[in-house]
Amino acid sequence: MKKAQPINVSRRHFIAAGLTAGAGLTLGLAIPGIAKSEETGPGLAGSDQADSTLAPNAFVRIGTDDQVTVIAKHLEMGQGTHTGMATLVAEELDARWSQIEVVAAPADANRYNNLLWGPVQGTGGSTAIANAYEQMRKAGAAARAMLVTAAAARWQVSEETITVRKGVVSHEASGRRASFGELAEEAAALPVPDAVLLKSPDEFHLIGKDVVRKDVGVKTDGSALFTQDVERPGMLVAVVTHPPRFGATVKSLDDSAALKQTGVRGVVQISSGVAVLGDHTWSALQGRKALRVEWDETNAMQIGSDEIFADYLRRLDEPGVTARTDGDADALLSGSGKVLSTDYRFPFLAHAAMEPLNCVIEQHDDGSVELWYGAQIQTMDQGVVAKTLGIEPSKVRINTLFAGGSFGRRANPAADYVREAAEILKATGGKVPIKLVWSREDDTQGGWYRPAYMHRIEAILDDNGLPKAWRNRIVGQSIAAGTAFEEVMVKNGVDGTSVEGAANLPYAIPNLKVELQSTKLPIPIQWWRSVGSTHTAFATETFIDQLSHEAGIDPVEYRRQLLKEHPRHLGVLDLAVRQSQWGQPISSNRARGVAVHESFNSYVAMVAEVTVNDDKSYTVDRVDVAVDCGIAVNPDIIRAQMEGGLGFGLSAVLTSEITIDNGAVVQSNFHDYTVLRANQMPDIRVHIVPSAEAPTGVGEPATPVIGPAVANALSSLTGKTYHQLPIRAA
Amino acid sequence: MQTLTINGIDHQFDAPDDMPLLWVIRDLIGLKGTKYGCGIGQCGACTVLIDGVAQRSCMVPVSSITGLKITTIEGADDATARAVRTAWQELAVPQCGYCQSGQIMAATDLLSRNPNPSDEEISNQMGSTICRCCTYHRVKLAVRRAADTLA
Repeated sequence: MKKAQPINVSRRHFIAAGLTAGAGLTLGLAIPGIAKSEETGPGLAGSDQADSTLAPNAFVRIGTDDQVTVIAKHLEMGQGTHTGMATLVAEELDARWSQIEVVAAPADANRYNNLLWGPVQGTGGSTAIANAYEQMRKAGAAARAMLVTAAAARWQVSEETITVRKGVVSHEASGRRASFGELAEEAAALPVPDAVLLKSPDEFHLIGKDVVRKDVGVKTDGSALFTQDVERPGMLVAVVTHPPRFGATVKSLDDSAALKQTGVRGVVQISSGVAVLGDHTWSALQGRKALRVEWDETNAMQIGSDEIFADYLRRLDEPGVTARTDGDADALLSGSGKVLSTDYRFPFLAHAAMEPLNCVIEQHDDGSVELWYGAQIQTMDQGVVAKTLGIEPSKVRINTLFAGGSFGRRANPAADYVREAAEILKATGGKVPIKLVWSREDDTQGGWYRPAYMHRIEAILDDNGLPKAWRNRIVGQSIAAGTAFEEVMVKNGVDGTSVEGAANLPYAIPNLKVELQSTKLPIPIQWWRSVGSTHTAFATETFIDQLSHEAGIDPVEYRRQLLKEHPRHLGVLDLAVRQSQWGQPISSNRARGVAVHESFNSYVAMVAEVTVNDDKSYTVDRVDVAVDCGIAVNPDIIRAQMEGGLGFGLSAVLTSEITIDNGAVVQSNFHDYTVLRANQMPDIRVHIVPSAEAPTGVGEPATPVIGPAVANALSSLTGKTYHQLPIRAA
Repeated sequence: MQTLTINGIDHQFDAPDDMPLLWVIRDLIGLKGTKYGCGIGQCGACTVLIDGVAQRSCMVPVSSITGLKITTIEGADDATARAVRTAWQELAVPQCGYCQSGQIMAATDLLSRNPNPSDEEISNQMGSTICRCCTYHRVKLAVRRAADTLA
């Protein structure tokens, strides 16, 4: 059954793409320069900035060669969004999965904005599928409707008698058939329909099925194109020496030795440090080694992690700005009842994506510039590059490539590394293309970390052992303050990203208060996969376990009693518990822990099984994950994101930590900024809650849940509370 | 002018003796599948086979391997590498994909030496190669599947 869902597709004509042999069908408008996806990568959808008028649904192109090209507005950084976008289009188009290819959209906020972000093109906050779910389906449905109209006209039959299946348009009564490609030219001459029919979920044949990721081929034969791999004629590679202490600047520079290195072509000073340009990466790195820079440390940061945490600990004694208050927790906690209290401490964390930050930039003769990199917030980056170079944003063309991971880092509110590339281009007169390359050391020490935080949670239990008062104080830097995101994210002095997961605690507690003190430090900080929940989930979900132990109630049962009004939390909790072996006998050095948390409108529960060894080392052996992300568009990608997301979180539980000493970062590379490895990865079973709710994100929501599940398992074995990450020993 | 045999083809180039093989492969010869991840032999993204043995190309000065045969991801197509690649695709192992050349080379190396590894041997070998997307769960399953295919 088709349900008619009128949509706002403006009535206009298809414009032939003119890129493949003969005419083709483009929904939206022509995008000159879209090259057929090379075997080398995601394909580059070039932009035509002169055509940057409002033109929605510029997402699908069907060529006379029967190729369906989906233009993906979201960055593919591993989370599977190219496949997700293509799945949504292909579903409503009734295309063959094998005839679909995906190219990255050009930077154009008019056509490719994130519908949940307003007039901004960008990927983040686990919003890709959530914001594009209907948009991409409508784009596919409109193209399908036009193919049907074209076929009906060609065969002189009514549209109702035509079926479309796996890329073939048929009229069953007469046995006539045509491929999309055969109909493309005729369809291109038709007006875009005002309204399209979208399928009901029982008609889906791709959504909800495990369609194969579009990028597995190029990502298993070495041909996937990353920024690191881009070459341009005459291009120089640039590496930058950054100040060792946050806040320092260049005092004096001696580049004579650097310039003598083989292959070094130049040294330029930029706002963030000194750039060395070489014929290739090695020569630039060698040149940098030979550079002599004296730093002006007048305004450099002089303190370190110890001083920061000592300050935060003092601040926990003082009330902060109220983020939420129900009842009167302050009065109860200052009364006579037994107060349970735990202080939590979370370190700075680097994103440490496998591809260190990089960006290729080139100036054209007309003064416009073109960039190639894993752009995550194209609109912001365009603005920063334009401002740096003194040109219009429309003169900044971005080719979004695969990103070798990001975890939030490439969504930098200051576009830091992109600005650096633009500054180097400017300082060199725009004469040659520049590939900015950060080394692993630059990436590890370059800041923009998940901020350090401390929490204090205090509670009093009622006669049934349930919390009647709960106060959660949070201290740490505000990610949004001072950025373009401040106006949206900071309300009444509370940065929502600092308290998310704590201020919306789902548990039924009559007196509940959440307070925030936002601190200021010279350490640049940023969102890190799952943002506020990276710390709030750990604090709240371990503390609730602590309360359950105090009450003598099973932690699962305890949560159930407090989550009666939250069916989706309960749903994932029950599913994870049912699929695990919760409550069943286990050897004396092993235990299970549970946690449940909502982030980005997706619900995740985990039961983790751990083993503690005699030397207090421990392993995480098995994790059962239950996720409710609404309609499961691609279950296999959801499973992959649960696996990877919890692994990413597990790094921070077991081992990862950035520490600052006297204003400088102590760690420099993977030998001391240690991360999860394959031999530490648990056996993972992912269970997806069947749902008809609108789809929500899966890139982030697993990350915050593994920490408390593991800590709760350790606690049930050792009786200790774990209130500081990483947990290096049980 | 130096010469290296990479994937069965002789390549000539001019490089300082201490230039790591990684940068010769990537920047001078132009084979981009082998990745830079750390430069200190910690992450394994740059893993190639040198005379059939997995090595970190970022740690190998180009002057030290004259006359040896190098296989990169682009040239890994013997039966073992094909089984590994097929298993990788069937299980949709890659996410961002950046480390996967190194993962596939490490898995190929393991199965070439040890066609029927234990779970622990798989874990230990693959533990040498970092994946920040943490595709490890599938990495281990895929090595097992490739081993089963080859058996």
